[in-house]
Amino acid sequence: MTSIITAIAFVILAPILGGLVAGIDRKVTARMQGRVGPPLLQPFYDVAKLFEKEDVTVTPSQNLYIIAYLVFMVVSGAYFFAGGDFLLVIFAFTLAHVFIVLGAYAAYSPYSYIGAERELITLMAYEPMVIFTAVGLYLVTGSFYISEIATSTVPAILYLPGVFLGFLTILTIKLRKSPFDISTSHHAHQELVKGLTTEFAGPVLGKVEIAHWYENVVLLGMIYLFFGFNPVLAIVVIALAYFLEIFIDNTFSRMKWQWTMKSGWGVAATLGFLNLVIVYYFYVGV
Amino acid sequence: MAYLKKSPWLLHYDASSCNGCDIEVLACLTPLYDVERFGIINTGNPKHADVFLITGGINEINREVVKNTYEQIPDPKVVVAVGICACSGGVFRECYNMAGGVDQVIPVDVYVPGCAARPESIIDGVVKALGILEEKRTAMKEKEKQHGN
Ligand code: SF4
Repeated sequence: MTSIITAIAFVILAPILGGLVAGIDRKVTARMQGRVGPPLLQPFYDVAKLFEKEDVTVTPSQNLYIIAYLVFMVVSGAYFFAGGDFLLVIFAFTLAHVFIVLGAYAAYSPYSYIGAERELITLMAYEPMVIFTAVGLYLVTGSFYISEIATSTVPAILYLPGVFLGFLTILTIKLRKSPFDISTSHHAHQELVKGLTTEFAGPVLGKVEIAHWYENVVLLGMIYLFFGFNPVLAIVVIALAYFLEIFIDNTFSRMKWQWTMKSGWGVAATLGFLNLVIVYYFYVGV
Repeated sequence: MAYLKKSPWLLHYDASSCNGCDIEVLACLTPLYDVERFGIINTGNPKHADVFLITGGINEINREVVKNTYEQIPDPKVVVAVGICACSGGVFRECYNMAGGVDQVIPVDVYVPGCAARPESIIDGVVKALGILEEKRTAMKEKEKQHGN
């Protein structure tokens, strides 16, 4: 019963929270650059505006893909917050991204083609680490169920520092922050126009934005799992981790896709895999 | 509701400016003027833009480009001509390849004079354009309603 309530709460509250986080992000970014920055609610204004604009669509099928993207994002997030199976959450999460890539491919534009290809590359780059995260949490807590991982009293972070660092690295890719914002970025207008979302305008772009808010909340929720034994600490770490991501965003320039690949697989192989091996041999928990 | 006014995304096109007006437009984005305070983002994508900001006069080569870009911006949209070149052709008016000001190819909503236009007047021009944007949106809504009936 509680799982249904948390799932519904996620569906309603996540866009609000995600939008606020995006607003804080822009404000902090502006402060780091010595500017005043937009109002806190700017992301909401942006999306509301997008829904006021004319709907220009070249290929109608792209809209369908974007709706699928949003729906699968919401479903995977709701399942996550309902305490479901971590692996299933990851699959639904990946499926959502496949839909946005399909949407970009459906649009017939060189920019969105390149954006879609780069999105596939980033997908490939971070996926191993996500799996390692799930496996690591399983080894330590003995369950793939989010509800059990989150309420487990085992201090997962002490056993999985490498996996956590690896997760932070791919978080940079997932949140579309520099140096890994190769497929789409607010600042990419010189090189790729807007990458993945080039051909989406008006209400469709608004939906992409909302899906992105949902996604961010789920990702920050995943950080929580490492600190499930102490919720207060978990909230503090989530805030610090996000601040770190903003800081990295502002101090790095965009890198080539090869580097995304190498960093993603590099941290997964060294930090993630080594950590798992050590945990497996020296801690037969559960 | 008038969210359009709170989040105008801007597309900057350099028609054939001498670069004087361009750097002033970019100056608006720097910490000193910081137009992001008003929610203004400089996009490079006509499909995401609301405000089309052009510097420099129109010549025979970029005529089609400007027209094409303008047509790709979803409604409602406004055009701001920045600098005297964009307003009327300015000192280049008599050149053999010049078509003149921006209004030779697309309808212009706000003219920002000056050579180069000062950042303050550019911001003023954009803010003025936002009022027009709002009017256009209301007109668009009315039209939609009539079509609906
Ligand atoms: S108005 Fe002056 S500064 Fe601006 S593009 Fe023309 S000549 Fe250059």
